[in-house]
Amino acid sequence: MLYDREALAAIIAQKETWTREELERVLSKMPERAPRFSTISDKEIPRLVCPEGDDFDYAAKLGFPGCYPYTRGVQPTMYRGRFWTMRQFAGFGTPEDTNARYRYLLDRGQTGLSVAFHYPTLMGYDSDHPRSLGEVGRCGVAVDSLRDMEVIFDGIPLDKVTTSMTINGPAGILLAMYIVVAEKQGVGADRIGGTIQNDILKEYIAQKSWIFPPRPSMRIITDILAYATEHVPRWNTISISGYHIREAGSTAAQELAFTLADGIGYVQAGVDAGLDPDDFAPRLSFFFNAHSDFFEEVAKYRAARRMWARFMKDRFGARKEASWKLRFHTQTAGCSLTAQQPTNNVARTALQALSAVLGGTQSLHTNSLDETLALPTEEAALVALRTQQIIAEETGVTNTIDPLGGSYFVEWLTDSLEAEAQAYIDKIDELGGIVRAIELGFPQKEIGDAAYRYQQQLERGEKCIVGVNKYVLEDEPPIPILKIEEEVERRQVENLRKVKSERDGDAVQRHLKRIDEAAREGGNLMEQFVDAVRVYCTLGEIIQTLKGVFGEHKDPGML
Amino acid sequence: MAEERKLRILVAKPGLDGHDRGAKVVARSLRDAGMEVIYTGLHQTPEMIVNTAVQEDVDAVGLSIMSGAHNVLMPAVVKGLEDKGAQDIAVFGGGIIPDDDIADLKNKGVKALFTPGTSTEDIIAWVRANVKPK
Repeated sequence: MLYDREALAAIIAQKETWTREELERVLSKMPERAPRFSTISDKEIPRLVCPEGDDFDYAAKLGFPGCYPYTRGVQPTMYRGRFWTMRQFAGFGTPEDTNARYRYLLDRGQTGLSVAFHYPTLMGYDSDHPRSLGEVGRCGVAVDSLRDMEVIFDGIPLDKVTTSMTINGPAGILLAMYIVVAEKQGVGADRIGGTIQNDILKEYIAQKSWIFPPRPSMRIITDILAYATEHVPRWNTISISGYHIREAGSTAAQELAFTLADGIGYVQAGVDAGLDPDDFAPRLSFFFNAHSDFFEEVAKYRAARRMWARFMKDRFGARKEASWKLRFHTQTAGCSLTAQQPTNNVARTALQALSAVLGGTQSLHTNSLDETLALPTEEAALVALRTQQIIAEETGVTNTIDPLGGSYFVEWLTDSLEAEAQAYIDKIDELGGIVRAIELGFPQKEIGDAAYRYQQQLERGEKCIVGVNKYVLEDEPPIPILKIEEEVERRQVENLRKVKSERDGDAVQRHLKRIDEAAREGGNLMEQFVDAVRVYCTLGEIIQTLKGVFGEHKDPGML
Repeated sequence: MAEERKLRILVAKPGLDGHDRGAKVVARSLRDAGMEVIYTGLHQTPEMIVNTAVQEDVDAVGLSIMSGAHNVLMPAVVKGLEDKGAQDIAVFGGGIIPDDDIADLKNKGVKALFTPGTSTEDIIAWVRANVKPK
């Protein structure tokens, strides 16, 4: 308890006096700016939070950094020990283009890599597939076979740099390629570090880059968990992601709730497959959005840590502290950026990034100012990286741990988000768990409604976006943007043709057949992926083989 | 005054991109503005969109693309409709479309393009002014 009963009673009495004598006098002369104040998520915000309840139990709610329930952070020293990993998501054009961008960023102080794949790779098509027409290299790098991954990481030491890969349906195949690229550099699978997103549940909820139906997708994920636990112990096997849920229009509380519900779903799937949560839960990590409502975001990260620790300890009975700790990556909110007056996006991104740092993130991507127009130019990507370096090295916010902890308002908001998210998680449990809830379209509908509500508030002028519905300028000069030449598609298809003509065709067929058998009979698919990519089976060939067994997921097209 | 037939609009997501927030918000806005709206769902080929537009006898097709594949996919829908003799169906679009591409897409028959920050009011007004019920 922070206050004894007597002190608390005095504070409450003083607040009543203040309300009567000061506040009401001022309000009668000058009303406030709005009848109701709310966050960007439409959560109503009180005028002033004071100590008023006697239920604030410091030890139970906050504790100490690196200790249960981790509200104040997962490490005992946080950024006094070392800064977060500055991990800029990048990838475009051919593997050669992307390799050059990675070297550029690493040379300028970036400390981790994060691969953006183009849509055909995300969806399991090779670059020469008819469905890839017009998409090759457009919003990420094209990867068809091991050859492309060899080029992307050429000259980058995989025992020193960790790599995150935003890949879901084909996640196991890309991890397999990374393992083999490292092996060719002389770095064993036990020494590589990084993350595959591999969070298929949020694909059905929000990002919508799925391939197979939910249940076979969950089976592939448990195969990856089992394989990585044994062979790639430093790899984060699932990055349970709220980012895309938020980008799709959810509120902060929905992002928190659906992300943690997905996490519960994966742990439950692992337990159901016979794994001990303490064997794989320490390698689960999280990925959140940093949106524009500053304190709501800080509170969200703090609530997430406290809730996950409780779920792992009480719901799943995990005994290792590493299983209780929610470690997370953050990306600033792409959907908050504006095409109008795009330089303003630097300010938005800086403030969003600050909320992630004050919320205790382990790694961070800051968006570039031009990302509502195209993939970032080199210059814009550098400003984004420098924004993080300014926060780390100049602002001083990294000198102490959880500086907002104990703020009456931030603690109130943390509790409030936790309660709102918990109510959603209870509802999902009632529906029969997250997989069932997704099949029923529950989270999808909640997010769609929230997105529409926000758009209406925006158009009524109840919410403001500077430069879009307020402070608008006419005749803005255009800014330079990155162009992906059509030549990229031709070059990538040519590379793929060369790989196919030079590889051992019999070995390819043999390995595809083994994948088919493992898919049907229940052998570990991850083991098969590693062997198949080594002989240059393409991503499209492997996915096509799996579709033959598992089928494909189709969008029900609900509004 | 005889009541005009309601406008029928197909909102479609061509290509592999999964960003459906914009398409859904626009679809709901058009519906709330009194139009009949059909939404295709994600991951449609131009051919699938053309077939749906013709079968459903719509007055216009709105295409949403965030992946950068607009230069290929939008003209393919326009051409597909022409090939079926359905050139009276107006095609409009939205998404991450660089200024440099807009003129070219308009030359290829896309009637209007709406970029980030456009209000749904503006889209509704454009549809009312430029799309006539058959």
